[in-house]
Amino acid sequence: MITIKNLHANVGDKEILKGINLEIKAGEVHAIMGPNGSGKSTLSGVLAGKEDYDVTEGEVIFNGKNLLEMSPEDRAREGLFLAFQYPVEIPGVSNINFLKTALNEVRTYHGKEEISAKDFLALVKEKQKLVELDAKLANRSVNEGFSGGEKKRNEIFQMAMLEPKLAILDETDSGLDIDALRIVANGVNKLRNKDNATIVITHYQRLLDYIVPDFVHILYKGKIVKSGGKELALELEAKGYDEIKKQFENA
Amino acid sequence: MSIVDSKSSVTQNILDALGKSGNKIAFIPDQALVNAIRYIDENGFPNNKHEDYKYCNVEAILRKEFKTVKNQFNPYVSVDQFKLKDCFNIVVINGNYSESLSDNHEGFELSTLDNSKCKNYITRLAEVTSDALIAVNTAFSEQGLFIYVKNSVTKSIHIINISSATENSFINPRQLFVIDKNAEATIIETFVSDGNKANLFQNHVSEVVLEENSKLKSYRLQDEDSLSYQINTTQVMVNRYANYDTNTFTFGGAVVRNNLNVVLASDACEAHLNGLFVSKGNQLIDNHTLVDHQMPNCQSNELYKGIAKDKSTGIFNGKIYVRKDAQKTNAYQSSKNILLSDDATINTKPQLEIYADDVKCSHGTSTGKVDEQALFYLKARGIGEESGRKLLLQAFAQEVIDKIEQEELQARVVKLFEKNL
Repeated sequence: MITIKNLHANVGDKEILKGINLEIKAGEVHAIMGPNGSGKSTLSGVLAGKEDYDVTEGEVIFNGKNLLEMSPEDRAREGLFLAFQYPVEIPGVSNINFLKTALNEVRTYHGKEEISAKDFLALVKEKQKLVELDAKLANRSVNEGFSGGEKKRNEIFQMAMLEPKLAILDETDSGLDIDALRIVANGVNKLRNKDNATIVITHYQRLLDYIVPDFVHILYKGKIVKSGGKELALELEAKGYDEIKKQFENA
Repeated sequence: MSIVDSKSSVTQNILDALGKSGNKIAFIPDQALVNAIRYIDENGFPNNKHEDYKYCNVEAILRKEFKTVKNQFNPYVSVDQFKLKDCFNIVVINGNYSESLSDNHEGFELSTLDNSKCKNYITRLAEVTSDALIAVNTAFSEQGLFIYVKNSVTKSIHIINISSATENSFINPRQLFVIDKNAEATIIETFVSDGNKANLFQNHVSEVVLEENSKLKSYRLQDEDSLSYQINTTQVMVNRYANYDTNTFTFGGAVVRNNLNVVLASDACEAHLNGLFVSKGNQLIDNHTLVDHQMPNCQSNELYKGIAKDKSTGIFNGKIYVRKDAQKTNAYQSSKNILLSDDATINTKPQLEIYADDVKCSHGTSTGKVDEQALFYLKARGIGEESGRKLLLQAFAQEVIDKIEQEELQARVVKLFEKNL
């Protein structure tokens, strides 16, 4: 699905990612954990194509294509989806209009016809249920006046509508109470299948109780310092990041 | 016309040309005429030394584009393309009401300004000594248009102001709308050109009176061609319990300057002023508004939005006066602008002068670029750069476009807005 090789990235003059290597296959869920400032959000931003970062070295191959050469919109059209840590409020653009435009641009990119209004509404109805999103929210402006939980549910709703090949959930658990967390995780789990993959970026083990990963990677100072199975997350939860920090202080 | 000897040769030429084509102004009171001519003589056309015309130098425009003025017009204009369904379409060509091209109308009175009913109002609102352009219009007014609404009119009145010059021309259209006690009306004013072959300067003056407990919903759509220069002065008086709601949409025209002056002259009346423009190329679009709260318990709301592209200039200057007697005033003003190019300019200036102590007033202004974070969010969902920008600009304008209650007009404005992006 995606192969990240020796990925280095800067913000301004500061190197944040210092050689990331990661291979993710279809059907897998990978968790990336790490303390504040370890580079988790930079990694998701670089993959999604945010302009704030300069990639200085390395490559990312996404389904056989060079991801880093693509515009952000083409990455999305190729099936990459970033669930934002801080979803952006866009007053005046209705959620529905936004999603319809997005869906149709993706379809056009793949040489498909635009979706009919009827089919689109049916799809909206079906996918809303997945994240228990209030029908009223779909008609409001994108994320405007949404609660923290509603914003995150809206991210997963968009993911359900676009059916990406690779979803990156960037701290989707932050700011969620336990009920919202369960709803969001349920949504993600229902969307999992053998043809897609998920990267879950998180501080805490909590989310991984609901979205069970196949692999857990620990990111520290811009590098993956440790990888393992789901038990690694539990270990981390018990011991905290201090031990990792001590061990890899001079990494 | 010896009184203008001291003026620059350009001013002289224009005034001479206007003087020759004159003799149509029997409806202007003698004293106003004398005052107007004296004021022009003393002041000439405003230039950038006048605070109010700092960014819109009328004298320079005239010097550059109107060296010769011959006032020659194209006798054939096509108006059907501009008509709106379900409206009384009223046609005004180069400032003169054309009965033959206008729809039949009923339920309100319509004529040129040469009407005895006008005498109580004309020149009372637009004071000749307040602005040289008002003075020039008063001295050289065309036959104009008078609308008198005695009882509520359910169908909208659509005035198509169409101009068409074959030689450089300077016209002085003048209009007077009176909405009588308890009456309601909707007036749509379209400003367009058809087949202009030379520069056309339109010095338009409107006087609008809302009598007690009346209501006027007003729309203006300005979409002239690139040979058109327009100074549009609107002097509005709102009386007790009356409600004035005006929405100005500006797209075309080389230079468009709107002076919208609203006097809340009695207690418990209100005014709503909204505007939207898109400027491109070398266009200059300038909205100057004045809301004068003279009496207590009145409210005013103002929302102007602008998008400036290419090398164009957009200007918003909003004055609010709250006079000593205007206690319990509520006055709000907001001006928001987006710059789409590094060469475009926005000048925006709110001015509040408050002399009463028990009032609620606020103003806000912002000028920025398209929200890059929002744009990235759209791209991250597969929406391309161009359509993403378009979505965001539409969203920006929607708040003003939503004010239009007339469906066909709204569709027309949306179409023009999108065409100009």
